Amino acid sequence: MSLQVAQLSKVYGSQKALDQVSFSASPGRILGFLGPNGAGKSTTMKIITGFLAADSGSVTVLGEDALAHPKRVSAQIGYLPENNPLYLDTYVREFLAFSGGIYGMKSADIRRRTEELIRKTGLQGEQHKKIGQLSKGYRQRVGLARALLHNPALVILDEPTTGLDPNQLVEIRNLILEIAEDKTLIFSTHIMQEVEAVCQDVVIINQGKILSAGSLADLKSTSSQSELILETEEMLELDWFAGIGTASFGSQGQQEVLLTVSDPAEARRTILQVVSQRQLNLIRLNQQEKTLETRFREITQSL
Amino acid sequence: MKSLFLKEITAFFGSLTGYLVLVLFLVALGLIVWVFPESSVLDYGYADLESLFAYTPYVFTFLIPAISMRSLAEERRAGTWELLQTSPLSLIQIVLAKYLALLVLVFLALLPTLGYAYSIALLGNPPGNIDVAAFFGSWLGLLMIGATFAAVGLFSSSLTSQQVVAFVLGVFLCFVLYFGFTALAGMVPGAWAYWVEELSLSYHYTSLSRGVIDSRDVFFLLGMIWVFLGLTVLRLKIK
Repeated sequence: MSLQVAQLSKVYGSQKALDQVSFSASPGRILGFLGPNGAGKSTTMKIITGFLAADSGSVTVLGEDALAHPKRVSAQIGYLPENNPLYLDTYVREFLAFSGGIYGMKSADIRRRTEELIRKTGLQGEQHKKIGQLSKGYRQRVGLARALLHNPALVILDEPTTGLDPNQLVEIRNLILEIAEDKTLIFSTHIMQEVEAVCQDVVIINQGKILSAGSLADLKSTSSQSELILETEEMLELDWFAGIGTASFGSQGQQEVLLTVSDPAEARRTILQVVSQRQLNLIRLNQQEKTLETRFREITQSL
Repeated sequence: MKSLFLKEITAFFGSLTGYLVLVLFLVALGLIVWVFPESSVLDYGYADLESLFAYTPYVFTFLIPAISMRSLAEERRAGTWELLQTSPLSLIQIVLAKYLALLVLVFLALLPTLGYAYSIALLGNPPGNIDVAAFFGSWLGLLMIGATFAAVGLFSSSLTSQQVVAFVLGVFLCFVLYFGFTALAGMVPGAWAYWVEELSLSYHYTSLSRGVIDSRDVFFLLGMIWVFLGLTVLRLKIK
């Protein structure tokens, strides 16, 4: 575990921004920090990076207590804040050299890493421009290059893809995939597809509470279930469908049954057998796919 | 820390405002010392720079907050403060780097006035007849007043994210510290007046510019710098 967050709480005035937030991230994996706007994503990230103080809880970065000694771990963290603040009147290379300097890098290392990152982030064409002259997508790359310059073990990106056009989005995503190989990478987003595209782990947060934390595969397997809706003219009984999946009555009362199943094809066949055996008059049999999107909506709206 | 210090200086000279402030400072000072009849040293009859040392603090009250206003306020407004605070630099290092950069700028602004001394020395009769010790004593006093104002300016810049507010606050604080306490000392009765006067920057500056470098004055000004830098760090810590 290179990052461990335990029981983190933070109160702004009377509003609980974070309530007992716990999760962890491990090297070589990308963790998506997912939640609607105002869920507490940025607050959590700001606390991990030492920009904000927590009210209670603990943050451990590479075995060090990050809340007690933020400066000891800061050189190990690469942080891209929300809205990507940059010195707009500096040149790209000048800015990277400055950032390397405040992270205590030697000038030879700064030069080597700058070359490497300008190439990786595709900034070759813009490297001699002032940051203020760059488009949003290129500024984002400069921000990313800055966050990665000192070769941190833990990379924290706060909404790195907001406001980018679809092409830039794909490029930044690929970049994230590329840099994550040997690092622990956390990035926050409120876009579900983003998580599906790049992450191995997902933490879902809403109103300061962690609603789900685990691997994307786990989340998907619980969400890959389908829902079948059967409606007939006759009254139905739940134990007729016992072997198929979890059944419950729908909004039409006993004439409608909702079935959550993992194998919809098999379930449909069985349901039709039941219908013909009991000589029921079928009104409809519908199937609804539960995507990660609906799963996310369910989780975040269940409060 | 070194790279932050260098960045501050290049940021100042990277913008037109930096040059503008320095040029305006020198023009204002040049007009006061050489042109305006009531303060011109040419009309004074003696080869000394009394008016330079008397009027520069007035100009400093405006010049130094103008240099220092963006220092921290702009970082907060642009959000780049987050980059600095999450870097391995401690708050003390950040404040010191920014303060040292301001000192260099104040020093650069003051440097051309050494040319004034040379001109006056040539104008003396016989040429070269100038009280060198008094000049450098006063010049050092001026530098220390500049250094104190820079600390005050940095503190005002830490109070807000708006440069204009930082500037106005800085001018006001410098004004109160330099002139305010002297004026107040004239209003309070007897024994109190002495202590109020002791708090005044102009009191210690005048004492320095007599050419006598009294350690009490030097320590007072160094103490003021220390207090304002400390307040700046404290302010950034509690935010």
